[in-house]
Amino acid sequence: MDTKRTVFPSQGLPYLLVAPQLIITLIFFIWPAGQAIKSSFEREDPFGLSTSFVGLQHYARLFQEPAYLASIGRTALFALAVTLISMGLALVLAVAVNRLIRGGTAYSTMLLWPYAVSPVVAGILWWFIFNSSTGILPYMLEFVGVDWNHQLNGAQAMILIIIAASWKQISYNFLFFLAGLQSVPQSLNEAAAIDGAGPFKRFWTIVFPLLSPTTFFLMIVNLNYTMFDTFGVVDATTAGGPNQATNILVYKVYSDGYIGLNLGSSSAQSVILMLFVIVLTVIQFRYVERRVQY
Amino acid sequence: MVENRPWLTVLTHLVLICGVLMVAFPVYISIIAATHGPTALTSGRMPLLPGGELWNNVVEVLTRQQRGAAPYWLMTWNSLLMAISITLGKIAISIISAYAIVYFRFPGRVLAFWMIFITLMLPVEVRIIPTFAVVANLGLLNSYLGLTIPLIASATATFLFRQFFMTIPDELMEAARVDGAGPIKFFRDILLPLSRTNIAALCVILFIYGWIQYLWPLLVTTDPNYYTLMMGVKRLAAAQEADPQWNTIMAAVVMAMLPPVLIVIFMQRLFVKGLVETEK
Amino acid sequence: MASIDLKSVRKVYPGNVTAIHALDLSIADGELVVLVGPSGCGKSTLLRMIAGLETITDGTISIGDDVVNKKEPAERDIAMVFQNYALYPHMSVRQNLEYGLKNRGTPRDEIDRRVTEAARILEIEQFLERKPRQLSGGQRQRVAMGRAIVRQPKAFLFDEPLSNLDAKLRGQMRIEIRRLQRSLKTTSVYVTHDQLEAMTLADRLVVMNGGRIEQVGKPIELYDRPASLFVAGFIGSPPMNLIPVEALVAVAGGTMPDFPAGTDIVGIRPDQVLLGSRDGITLSGTVELIEPVGGESHLYVRVEGIAQALILVQQGRASVGEAERVDFILPLAALHGFNRESGRRVE
Repeated sequence: MDTKRTVFPSQGLPYLLVAPQLIITLIFFIWPAGQAIKSSFEREDPFGLSTSFVGLQHYARLFQEPAYLASIGRTALFALAVTLISMGLALVLAVAVNRLIRGGTAYSTMLLWPYAVSPVVAGILWWFIFNSSTGILPYMLEFVGVDWNHQLNGAQAMILIIIAASWKQISYNFLFFLAGLQSVPQSLNEAAAIDGAGPFKRFWTIVFPLLSPTTFFLMIVNLNYTMFDTFGVVDATTAGGPNQATNILVYKVYSDGYIGLNLGSSSAQSVILMLFVIVLTVIQFRYVERRVQY
Repeated sequence: MVENRPWLTVLTHLVLICGVLMVAFPVYISIIAATHGPTALTSGRMPLLPGGELWNNVVEVLTRQQRGAAPYWLMTWNSLLMAISITLGKIAISIISAYAIVYFRFPGRVLAFWMIFITLMLPVEVRIIPTFAVVANLGLLNSYLGLTIPLIASATATFLFRQFFMTIPDELMEAARVDGAGPIKFFRDILLPLSRTNIAALCVILFIYGWIQYLWPLLVTTDPNYYTLMMGVKRLAAAQEADPQWNTIMAAVVMAMLPPVLIVIFMQRLFVKGLVETEK
Repeated sequence: MASIDLKSVRKVYPGNVTAIHALDLSIADGELVVLVGPSGCGKSTLLRMIAGLETITDGTISIGDDVVNKKEPAERDIAMVFQNYALYPHMSVRQNLEYGLKNRGTPRDEIDRRVTEAARILEIEQFLERKPRQLSGGQRQRVAMGRAIVRQPKAFLFDEPLSNLDAKLRGQMRIEIRRLQRSLKTTSVYVTHDQLEAMTLADRLVVMNGGRIEQVGKPIELYDRPASLFVAGFIGSPPMNLIPVEALVAVAGGTMPDFPAGTDIVGIRPDQVLLGSRDGITLSGTVELIEPVGGESHLYVRVEGIAQALILVQQGRASVGEAERVDFILPLAALHGFNRESGRRVE
């Protein structure tokens, strides 16, 4: 890893400079992560007086527990749906803004601000809109014969959190797609037009393939987002219900551990999630390295 | 544009207008709700035009004392304090650690870099209980330090500064050394002023980050005096089962999301720079 | 003001890459010494070792009477002008000039006096309140010079200071640097890869190659009596013709001299080769290409039996055309003998 060609002669100073960050990292990141791993292999007696090593027992139980397996499936569905919806819509909007010669910035502004809305607030907003007694959408859905009640209907609850989570993520994806589109050389588009390709054909044969690094990057980021940052969305709307229908992995870690105080199981769940983030991060950075090389 | 096809331009605008409406829709509804009296919203048919009760609702939100909750102004203050502390803290510790990693060679330098990198792989969500335990053991539950310190270690900000420092010509530091500037002077006189734009862009991103934190404050605060706005509005919304006052809930929600949204709208250039560059 | 002495100075980079091989060089007080050589020859490394920006593996460097090996750049009392100028972008020209003085605790009125003086000498008074980005390349170059001058250091170190300028400006600034150094009489070390710049600026020229000194001397001495094949090929434009003796003997007519023992390559400057047939080694060949430079013409002549085309400089316009045959002579007095094995000159 690079430094400058010449560096300052150093004794203590660089250690002093990295110390604050490293101390915080050690105390609040690395140590707790180690604790989570440790206690995922241990059982504490009901009074918290002694702990014993139980090996992979928590993990084995977890993967036999139907509720956990169901949660994995729900999380996959949720993550996939949010990633597809928010990226798809964002791509359409970014392509549209990129076509404009004038007015692009104004549209961008109006599309970017939901980034600043917190997941909790996004949850509350959509919850209000879908509220079965006062919300505007159930009222309208009644006309097409849909009886909306996400407090009773699990599928509807899942749709609700997918919509709320996707809505919030559109801005982020839009911004990166737009940046990606703007870096596609205009000359390629012109060359394809001279070769007789119409606008839609040009997009699918020229622009979209060139956009693939951005698309890939966003897929990773969105998976990360749906796995972890959506805690607020779920907590503000369904709290995992009804009947576990929206109990995605990150919410389950919280409710089993913090609310249910089931330490061993929650720790094992933490470690599994940790492995997942590590894989995502490694993929993301390997890809970034490759991008730098090209 | 390669060719001129009017119908395509019309379609483009149509798509964008739909997009903007879609994105704005929930917020529009919440703003409308915040302008009506309590009865207008319980009737089942939500009005679509603004009413005249906005001011009353805002006053209601600001003055009403909820049971088991902090006053609205105190939660706003807590959120503001938390967002600002996290922003400044993250920038401060990131810029100095990036400085050490780029401008010094010292045993353990690579280890330090990887330790910082690892924080990317350990979001709060995967270490909820043990982190809570650490904060509890340190006696930091229900305190501003507990709300902020664990969140100010940031690999992304460190990476951003590292990236930026690497683009500064080597000769600038050499010239400064010949001119008699040591490491501290060089940092203060040259590097810090040159980092102004990056710091500003990071401020925007990190303020938003700090403002919208939810899970962490939920874990470490039980004393209402330390509740943040995000927790507050969630509790308000949850309380509507018993007391469906959607007009004041929505007024509170709109007020809670306003500060960071305004920052994005009015500092769009810095916001875009900050977001795009921290992800490099 | 001070002399600079380098005694068996070596630089070895991690991984055992030797950049400078035990090198000795004395630079007299007030002298302008130019280090010249191809890229990677170690000239910049050497300059940066004198500046204190690179550590010294072995040997000693003294400035004046002090051995400075362990001293910080700032403690060596030198000033440096960088290729990319390295002006502080957020400071005005005035602040750029003042920065080094302020760090040294120079009194305010003294700072003002020196800045005004330097600005006057360099004619940058009207730019003092501007930021570097508002200046042209030439103006930035002047500010970089000014930053060195105000310090009144023991020595100036120039690291390819003119490389970023266009050809015309480079010529102007070259003259200006020469004039300035003459009037300030500050010991200077100047690094460049441009041999014209080296020739015109130097009191003494140091030609470097592969981390070693090839030759040190007055520019014209190096031109007239290059000590090695490398110097012969590096100094002078167009470069010296270097012909293997065996090839020459095989194809040339006229009087062939007795070359000293060990001579297997002879060299001759393109402007010493004469057209026509008189005393000396006579050759004939075909004109391949003519480059009319204006005041003179460069003829590239292909001689059967000699691998590379010979270059002839003819004053004024070329008297022959391309593809024509010409006779020419190499006057004996203008020949330089070299040994291929050692690369050194043979007397």
